[in-house]
Amino acid sequence: MSPRYAYYPGCSGLGSSLEYDTSTRAMCESLGVELVDIPDWNCCGSTPAHAVDHLLSACLAGRNLEIADGMAEERKLDGIITPCPSCLKNLKTTQRSLSDPEFRRKVEQVLGKPLRAGLPIKSVLQVVVEDLGVEALGRLVKTPLAGMRVVPYYGCIMVRPPRLMRFDDPENPMALDNLLRELGAEVLPFALKTDCCGAALGTVRKDVVARLSGRILDAAVEAGADAIVTACPLCQMNLDMRRPQINRANRSRHNLPVFYYSQLAGLASGQGEAATMMDKLCVSPRLLLNSLAQHTGERA
Amino acid sequence: MPSHPNVIDPAFTGEVQRESEQNLALCYQCGNCTAGCPVSFAYDYTVNQIMRLVQAGRKREALSSHAIWLCASCETCTTRCPNDIDVARVMDALRHMARREDMVSEKAVGAFWKSFLDSVEKHGRVYELGLMAAYAGRTGRMFTDVDLAPMALRKGKLGLKAHDIEKIAEIRGIFDRYREQQQ
Repeated sequence: MSPRYAYYPGCSGLGSSLEYDTSTRAMCESLGVELVDIPDWNCCGSTPAHAVDHLLSACLAGRNLEIADGMAEERKLDGIITPCPSCLKNLKTTQRSLSDPEFRRKVEQVLGKPLRAGLPIKSVLQVVVEDLGVEALGRLVKTPLAGMRVVPYYGCIMVRPPRLMRFDDPENPMALDNLLRELGAEVLPFALKTDCCGAALGTVRKDVVARLSGRILDAAVEAGADAIVTACPLCQMNLDMRRPQINRANRSRHNLPVFYYSQLAGLASGQGEAATMMDKLCVSPRLLLNSLAQHTGERA
Repeated sequence: MPSHPNVIDPAFTGEVQRESEQNLALCYQCGNCTAGCPVSFAYDYTVNQIMRLVQAGRKREALSSHAIWLCASCETCTTRCPNDIDVARVMDALRHMARREDMVSEKAVGAFWKSFLDSVEKHGRVYELGLMAAYAGRTGRMFTDVDLAPMALRKGKLGLKAHDIEKIAEIRGIFDRYREQQQ
């Protein structure tokens, strides 16, 4: 029987990372993973909630866990999955905190209902890599990303903290490396694969994001990459949409595109540029996609 | 470095310990957290110095530091602490306490988070355009990220309409009951 998960898209999936949400759904469908949206889901509170109060954070995340619990049996759900690492960290932190009975009592009081929160919670990436195996994605490849040199950028919290996330190696994760290789790309070693991009400080402290994201772009170019590939909406936004701010602050002229891994999975499996929403990227991947098409044409 | 009087509050260490659920006595100042912290360059106190201030009960310096607000919650310190202290959670706890004591040094960070949570309370989800407008109004930083607006709008990355959830009353109830519990 095909796996079936409660799906938590996260707020950015409705706006700034629409292409991530859309290509993730398409990837899951082609892999036979059924997604059941958590009905009427709400924001997990993200960084602001846990930085303001752990109880508030747990209550906002907890409402979603409670809704998923409610349909788990009837829909035979295997767990809850989300593409966003920040949502993932909040959902998993909440589940862990509920093991303290006193804390659970407070959360249930604020929610006004009991909470089970027993379903496993994973990232979409973890399900693809660990449960299905990257080979499953490899079998769907029609036009390999041959000749495309990429660096995988995981961001900080897809694999951290390790005792909470329980996925891959916290210092040198390989999930994206292996996945992208399976799609036919040339994956380059990247020392900054888990270094922070500046995260939520983009709006308030541009100097911090310009420096941290700038370092990642410098290192990617130095490694000889044509593109950066990520799995985090906030990392992608900082590296892509904030590129003019970063280039201005650092007097750099970086122009390499930043894809979501799910977009490249779609492209390699023949979904095309429109379906994978390549036009949503702020730094245009046009030249790279043209040369990829040429490369594929030559081989055919 | 800020020049606050070095008043020692012996109860402070215990309060941070309770709020963060971490045993702070385990920190022996190896400096691994600081070595890995990506935002160290912008801090007034490094992470291990913050830990030391907490151990020493120097409440005012710890809570009024800029560092606790510039921490990006990247979890590198927590990942690398040899004594398994969840250092990022300690930073969280210090932010909670600084807010309660009205000692927020990075006002803009505090204002951004407040605007974010207001948006969640109002709509159930984050409404990015409304959030930016509220933040600009609250801080007087009217031109924050306006340079990005044309691109964001062209790419459809800045929704013009809020996506209110259906049962918004449930979210308002959560915020109301949460506030009651805090009193």
